[in-house]
Amino acid sequence: MTDDASPLLAVEGLTTAFDTDEGELVAVDGIDFTVEAGETVCLVGESGSGKTVATESITRLIGSPPGRIEGSVRYRGRDLLEMPEPELRTIRGYDIAHVFQNPQEAMNHCYTVGWQIVEALQIHEDVPDAEARGRAIDLLDRVGIANPSARFEEYPHQLSGGQKQRAMIAMALVGDPDLLIADEPTTALDVTVQAQILSLLDELQSEFDMGVLFVTHDLGVVAQIADRIVVMYAGKVMERGDVLDIFERPAHPYTRRLLECIPEVGGSRKGGIPGTLPDPHDPPAGCRFAPRCSHAVEACRTGGQPAEHAVNPGQHASCVHYRSDMDRSVLRDGSREEQPAAGGVSPEDE
Amino acid sequence: MSEEPLMSVRDLEKHYPITEGLFRRQVGVTRAVDGISFEVERGETLGLVGESGCGKSTAASSIVRLEEPTGGEVIFNGNGRGGATRNADGTHPNDVTRFDDRELEAFRRGVQMVFQDPSSSFDPRMTIGDAIAEPLRVQGMDDRDRRRAIVEDLLDRVGLSASDADRYPHEFSGGQKQRIALARALVLNPDLVIADEPVSALDVSIKAEILGLLDELQSAFDLSLLLISHDMSVIREVCDRVAVMYLGEIVEIGPVSRVFSDPKHPYTEALLSSIPTPDPRASPGGIELEGTVPSPSDPPSGCRFHTRCHRVIQPAELDIDQSAWRGLLNLRATAESGAVDVAGIRERLAADSETDVTDAAVKARIRADFDIPSEVASETAERTLSRGLDQIVNGEFEAAADTFSEAFTTPCEETAPERIEHGSGHESACLLHEPDRTSDDGEGAGGRRVSADE
Repeated sequence: MTDDASPLLAVEGLTTAFDTDEGELVAVDGIDFTVEAGETVCLVGESGSGKTVATESITRLIGSPPGRIEGSVRYRGRDLLEMPEPELRTIRGYDIAHVFQNPQEAMNHCYTVGWQIVEALQIHEDVPDAEARGRAIDLLDRVGIANPSARFEEYPHQLSGGQKQRAMIAMALVGDPDLLIADEPTTALDVTVQAQILSLLDELQSEFDMGVLFVTHDLGVVAQIADRIVVMYAGKVMERGDVLDIFERPAHPYTRRLLECIPEVGGSRKGGIPGTLPDPHDPPAGCRFAPRCSHAVEACRTGGQPAEHAVNPGQHASCVHYRSDMDRSVLRDGSREEQPAAGGVSPEDE
Repeated sequence: MSEEPLMSVRDLEKHYPITEGLFRRQVGVTRAVDGISFEVERGETLGLVGESGCGKSTAASSIVRLEEPTGGEVIFNGNGRGGATRNADGTHPNDVTRFDDRELEAFRRGVQMVFQDPSSSFDPRMTIGDAIAEPLRVQGMDDRDRRRAIVEDLLDRVGLSASDADRYPHEFSGGQKQRIALARALVLNPDLVIADEPVSALDVSIKAEILGLLDELQSAFDLSLLLISHDMSVIREVCDRVAVMYLGEIVEIGPVSRVFSDPKHPYTEALLSSIPTPDPRASPGGIELEGTVPSPSDPPSGCRFHTRCHRVIQPAELDIDQSAWRGLLNLRATAESGAVDVAGIRERLAADSETDVTDAAVKARIRADFDIPSEVASETAERTLSRGLDQIVNGEFEAAADTFSEAFTTPCEETAPERIEHGSGHESACLLHEPDRTSDDGEGAGGRRVSADE
């Protein structure tokens, strides 16, 4: 069943739209990316860029209707979007597991933590209660929860935020997943707890050789964990590539502006991105970022989102300036491109 | 300007009673803020940073008396009240905690707050013009046209347009709403603005804009700013000085450049190292704090951070690997709370192996769980440890707890550290920097004690 040549997860032309009172809203508009076994792909973007909808479309957690999911999502060569629901259910939460942002809301307060892990396990495997209990305690132990057999009996409110997120991760691990989809798993946590959770995920990833699709808007976290990055804006992929390429040689103007929003040691930064995300009901006719882009020219404003152009091996940007008939030097305003590769991210000179 | 700070907070305390039963009998106190002292100079930005639950926000609301502080004083020298001296009975005429209603109203003209979530801090049925003008109305400006003129001017200063005054909050984005919140805070021309996590609900691109605006407004209006945040990068960017809070206390305070480049308190060090650096080539921070913040209703004795500190001091006679020492203390704490899960360990070991679980395997597993090596590099400590572990596997948990608590003690749990001065107003509260200790630890420059009344 497994096709070794195909990536663990291949998303092509994924489009998710919702029917609303104001007409159809296309939240994710034809995005492509892949996740290989053992690697971490970060999906980055501002709130409202469609990151969460994209990840929830992968395992069809978004109901249709009201949603309409199109394109193809191939997991080990099998299309999850075509798959009948009962078959998908054997994969969702087992081979492909989700961890969500807010552990407070993701757990059921009326059941013990252990019971919830056992439930997740018994949905997928026919195991007797005693064995399920043993495995659940083992999982709690693996995710670094002290005194797991006592914690097994406790209710979610008795756990701290970090412990709850660990328990959620334990629940996600019941089926030794091949792909873990983590949607802002540390955003609701303190920075010290975030560090704990990130290193836990890193450990588990190498232990299980999992592919991880990690959604975040925190570029610091991205730099720490990502192998590859997919930058989303207003439902479209602006740029994707290797973490070092994206941070050191960002090609798309949006990626550059996003990186400039990171505060530097010493306290200077160039400032935010003026303007706001476009109205999803009425997206710009050309490049989605054109209305806020300082490099926008006439070609940017018509003809839909530009095609992806390879700027480096493995790095693609959806920007007309990389078209062969365009002059890409307009993008070089005190550019990052001239910086030595090891220069890291520093804001451009004022 | 004058020498005196705009605001000086002295030993501020906010304790909440814990009550029980029908008659709400008090059974304890939660020490949300437990004796913090700092000063805010005119025109400066002071950051207050710490994990959630450390008391940052309670400190802010106690300062402006949105909640009544239970102790200490807040001396506010703004509003033209400067130059006052203490009364004969030791109280201060500018002590906010003693203000009567009339003085409090005047005080609130000089101090304004900006809150975290801009979408819940506006009345959805009030135009933003009315919302911004409300403080003016409350403080007695009855002239509608003048109010309108002030509002329009302010909207312009925060980067919106005068015509926005007639729109409602839902018509604005989060970043715009936070701009409006700033306009409302500035409408009375305050001396001090207290901003409680003003950008944590905003996207990174918007965050940068708002912080820039904050900076601009501060110089334009000659404001002092008390900025509360859990985000060290925000603090680093906009603050002049920073105070680091842990469990209701300030553990370190000083100029941002000094605290960030040379943190003196292990907690600050750990906090700084847990910030992810936006550089994919950087190696991750290193120090990882274990466990969670203890409950403020029963804070640890001595230095409150000693239960999690990676630099926790060893007793004089001991000199072992620091991580093994941390492990021994963790084991002791777990034994004392009766939470060493021997049955669970046996169960898990049994699941992994076919043969019977030996006591030796259980003991090895406990050592591994607590990062204690198979042989501790001190004979006496190793002997105590093996005795305690024997007691644990035999089920004598209380005896084991006693064994550990007698032998594994740290000065950090016995002595509450005083603030030590490291120069340039950089102070920390850690025993490592006590003048008589620095020599044998090689912990860098020691400091001098800050006398209590200074």
